[in-house]
Amino acid sequence: MTDPVLSVRGISKSFGALKASDDVNLDLQPGEIHALIGPNGAGKSTLIKQIAGGLRPDSGQVHFLGKDVTLLSTVARARMGLARTFQISSLAMEDTVLQNALLGALGAQGKPFRFFHPVLKDSALRDIAETALSRVNLLDHATMRTSELSHGQRRQLEVAVALTLNPKAFIMDEPMAGLGTSGSQNLTTFLDELRHEAPILLVEHDMDAVFALADRISVLVYGKIIATGSVDEIRAHPEVRRAYLGEDA
Amino acid sequence: MKRETMINALLALGLLAVPLWALIADEPFYITLATRVAIFALAGVGLNIAIGLGGLVSFGHAAFFGLGGYAMGVLASHAQSYTPMMEWPFLIEGSNSMPVIWITAVIASGLAALVIGALSLRTAGVYFIMITLAFGQMLYYFTISWPAYGGEDGLSIYIRNGFPGLNTLDPIQFFAITFVILGLALVFSTLLAKSPFGLALNAARQSSERVETIGITPYRLRLTAFVISGMITGLAGALFADLNRFVSPTMFSWQTSGEIMVFIILGGTARLFGPVAGAALFIALEQVLGGLSDYWHIYLGLLLLCVVLFARGGIIGTLAGEEARHD
Repeated sequence: MTDPVLSVRGISKSFGALKASDDVNLDLQPGEIHALIGPNGAGKSTLIKQIAGGLRPDSGQVHFLGKDVTLLSTVARARMGLARTFQISSLAMEDTVLQNALLGALGAQGKPFRFFHPVLKDSALRDIAETALSRVNLLDHATMRTSELSHGQRRQLEVAVALTLNPKAFIMDEPMAGLGTSGSQNLTTFLDELRHEAPILLVEHDMDAVFALADRISVLVYGKIIATGSVDEIRAHPEVRRAYLGEDA
Repeated sequence: MKRETMINALLALGLLAVPLWALIADEPFYITLATRVAIFALAGVGLNIAIGLGGLVSFGHAAFFGLGGYAMGVLASHAQSYTPMMEWPFLIEGSNSMPVIWITAVIASGLAALVIGALSLRTAGVYFIMITLAFGQMLYYFTISWPAYGGEDGLSIYIRNGFPGLNTLDPIQFFAITFVILGLALVFSTLLAKSPFGLALNAARQSSERVETIGITPYRLRLTAFVISGMITGLAGALFADLNRFVSPTMFSWQTSGEIMVFIILGGTARLFGPVAGAALFIALEQVLGGLSDYWHIYLGLLLLCVVLFARGGIIGTLAGEEARHD
């Protein structure tokens, strides 16, 4: 097996008596989509925060591109090429769609301290931003204010911003939420291709999408990974059926 | 032309027309009023970069306004008494030259903003407001208790500082200086809002998390904005001191911070010409209402209340409608 792009090694995190992460081990191989599923309150968001930065685990490490990043900031991890999309959109709502995409390109370029040249006239940044927008079919909405986008379009813009970073790995927190049937089918097709650019750690509630996309699935329950395996293995796993999919799934 | 651009142009023309009319009508008092508007607007343009673009509600910009003022006061007082400021380890003499004073004011307020910002920006919201207020008050009490430069009584400067090629004592020429500087600051402010830095800063105001996720540290953006903001307000302080030929600790007081903030709120937060409109209205009210009653601040308060309750975009926002998109 090749070296994983991202690997989570024995992470634990407690809030008082609550064990939000309990000795979690997880890795992301090149070219794969690894889905993380689990019931509400299983600790998925807490785990994501520890992987992407913003929350420090009590014990255990996160390795990204072969480097221990456990103590690095969100910014440093993003610079290394870890792109994250949010469950609750964290876009700049007052800005246009294009400006949000430009911001991503600006972050990737790493030179935000320029004060005189209009960012909209920076063709290098615009190319990156517009390519990313057209890949998620948002280029027609480029001059629209982000707050005017539908819930599903904001999701797509989140993905577009992540694309501008040209990342080495994606962490996507429920990108399908609010998309509707055709929207989530489109995104499923898109993510299917995207995995060859960079592997995706996908947190998702939409089981159709998960079963269609995932190379591997990990099931998180009460902060513990109770099973990791292929789609068929997870479907057949008795503990998973009991804990999550429901007895008759 | 966009409606807001038109309103901005009218404001600029108006600010130019009043002193020109006053010059012809031989009413130098109105030239001085227009000069005050230009200087207050400049202070507001500075603060607007912090509040409007960065979302950093600083209640301590009097610190920079005051430092600018004292940069002028200290340099000019040494120049008028022919005593050097410092002889060891190297000689620093006072100065009567406006450019020298401006550079000193900008550097001093920039350094102060760097220190104050570095500490204050570790907090947010109400705590940020309180800490910036505290820094302003610290400088206020420091100048009161520092007898070398007048203490509580302040410093009077008997001659206006000079600018090569101009007679700065002529009201219209001094107005021209402040008007040009205000114009430059407005141009810079526009460029800043449209620059990569402006984009990132504006995004950090809306979502810190977003900016971190794309690999930019919001703290550094905000600190840079705070320093730029402080420098512009500091320059306004130096001009204000030169206008009055007098500096006193009042420039550092929290009321001054409040007034600069009032210009922005009245005119329209985050609007390019908001501080200009706000400062003009403030001075107009001060003249009209101040003539009617010593307690004119009551009416100002009422007006401010109405703006906050019913016209959040201030004068510019009400006249120009929704904010123009940058596209």
